[in-house]
Amino acid sequence: MEKLLELDNLHVSFHTYGGEVKAVRGVSFTLDKGESLAIVGESGSGKSVTSKAVMRLLPNKIGSIKEGAIRFQGKDLAKATEREMEKIRGAEISMIFQDPMTSLNPTMTIGKQIMEGLRKHQNMSKSEAKERSINLLKLVGIPNPELRVDEYPHQFSGGMRQRVVIAIALACNPKVLIADEPTTALDVTIQAQILDLMRDLQDKTGTAIILITHDLGVVANLAQRVAVMYGGMVVETGTVDEIFYKPKHPYTWGLLASMPKINSESKELLAIPGTPPDLMNPPKGCPFAARCPYAMEVCVDHMPEATNVTSSHKAACWLLDERAPKVEPPEEALVGGAR
Amino acid sequence: MSVVEREKLLEVKNLKKYFPAGKKGVLKAVDDVSFDIYKGETLGLVGESGCGKSTTGRTIIRLYDATEGEVVYEGVDVHDKKSRSELKKFNRKMQMIFQDPYASLNPRMTVKDIIAEGIDIHDLAKTKKDRENRVYELLETVGLNREHANRYPHEFSGGQRQRIGIARALAVDPDFIIADEPISALDVSIQAQVVNLMMELQKERGLTYLFIAHDLSMVKHISDRVGVMYLGNIVELTTSDELYEEPLHPYTQALLSAIPVPDPELERSRERIILEGDVPSPINPPSGCRFRTRCPHAMDVCAAVKPKWQEAREGHWVACHLYDEEAVKQQN
Repeated sequence: MEKLLELDNLHVSFHTYGGEVKAVRGVSFTLDKGESLAIVGESGSGKSVTSKAVMRLLPNKIGSIKEGAIRFQGKDLAKATEREMEKIRGAEISMIFQDPMTSLNPTMTIGKQIMEGLRKHQNMSKSEAKERSINLLKLVGIPNPELRVDEYPHQFSGGMRQRVVIAIALACNPKVLIADEPTTALDVTIQAQILDLMRDLQDKTGTAIILITHDLGVVANLAQRVAVMYGGMVVETGTVDEIFYKPKHPYTWGLLASMPKINSESKELLAIPGTPPDLMNPPKGCPFAARCPYAMEVCVDHMPEATNVTSSHKAACWLLDERAPKVEPPEEALVGGAR
Repeated sequence: MSVVEREKLLEVKNLKKYFPAGKKGVLKAVDDVSFDIYKGETLGLVGESGCGKSTTGRTIIRLYDATEGEVVYEGVDVHDKKSRSELKKFNRKMQMIFQDPYASLNPRMTVKDIIAEGIDIHDLAKTKKDRENRVYELLETVGLNREHANRYPHEFSGGQRQRIGIARALAVDPDFIIADEPISALDVSIQAQVVNLMMELQKERGLTYLFIAHDLSMVKHISDRVGVMYLGNIVELTTSDELYEEPLHPYTQALLSAIPVPDPELERSRERIILEGDVPSPINPPSGCRFRTRCPHAMDVCAAVKPKWQEAREGHWVACHLYDEEAVKQQN
């Protein structure tokens, strides 16, 4: 597969009154053409900041890329100028945000908002752009697109608005689509519709998707590969089957074990004790050490290197070192029994 | 099932809560809902946003006055006129935990004062020392420590704040707690902590819970029985195992099949029932069965007649014409 996007040792910091918050601390991953990669993690793990850095949408002056490269088709976006980024945003890489209620402009018609990108990036005439908008609305499953195109966001329901947001994101046939919690604000039955739509559209358009979410169910549904983030770092990456059926990192175990399984009988959930680290003063060693039931002395002071488990599966944990004791994941973390 | 013989703690009978909407409109948030809650059980209430589950909870505890119908708690109607002292006595028995741990704690009060507010109102502590000790005890019960007592809410994380909310609810020694989406604002790993805490407390203190949520897998985990709401009505109510194994109502079936399961292989092979369209407006709900506009099995009778709330099997209640022999006969 062809590498489309490659993040190499990305560091992002925010400068606040309280000091420097190191939100992303050395994230590396690749995205191939047409694949879907999920970034999973809790709030504050740096997953949204990573995606905003790719789009160069970090708040000016406060947030900055400290180190590392974001290579997109051979070009380093971390060093791109604002003018260069304007050509990429929306045309080559586009984004869907979490809340469809706030990501649309309430004073503009739906059609005008879809046309914006088309007019800017593809120099379409007004009538061409409008025709394309209607087609896009049809593509994302909005009934009566010819009429709806002239309506305003408040005339759409939550699920319909998210469809419009997806139509805007796909307007210029981007190569990468970043979806930041695209279904979190929606109800389950609507979420099922949107996930269905996204899978369908990916088949049709071949757009690569970076899906940012905390919901492992959504990951299992949509992603081919997964990166698990914790404390500003990627602690484990692998194919979706490797992450769910053969997880290696204790944090991934904890995540899988703390979710109630609909088909399970067990009465107590295996919670991860404690809270995530403070990234103002990030721990020297492994970020998960303070909450990890298997933590050793070495974990506190030294950050483990990412170890290759298979060619596609990597985890950063000292337990994978040959000198470490052999530890099996807890029973609660086994998905679908022993598969 | 022994559920039948158990003692009823709370009976909700034909409860209605309407809100005025615009000049002439009426928003029927809860429209004729009836169910019982037994002593010591956890009843889960699930449904999508706008289905009236939170309004039901808030009307039960009298944060809203009921439009019609009654809520009978241990033989006493919650919404009856009561004197101040009666009301005070009553309020001690029922407490509530709210969804948003950021909005439900007063930012200007210390944790100690937040938790002790109920203790003060009900004169449960004789001396200052006694009050303090009770607060410490409560903090430790919910997994915080006594050093936290003099801090302010902003110094705590979401999960810790929710623990403070639980401590506040426990302060007056209630029998019944309404938890309105207590975990949906929290991260997955923290959700499990709070749910485990709630289940432990229930075991220790014999609490009864009404657990309102939209996350069906968590509701199944914590509840003995689960009621499913749609557009102001309860459409199905049974034990949580039966609901998940043999859902009867088409809406419950669709809701269950819509949840993405954290198991990739299962996700690939699963047949999903995808509902068309959106939930209709509660200001002008469909006639007859309210789900008929999205129901894959809708018949003519569904538009004409509102389905009866009936016990299709022992302990398994459902409101759907598919399980009403007369209605099906008429149809054929």
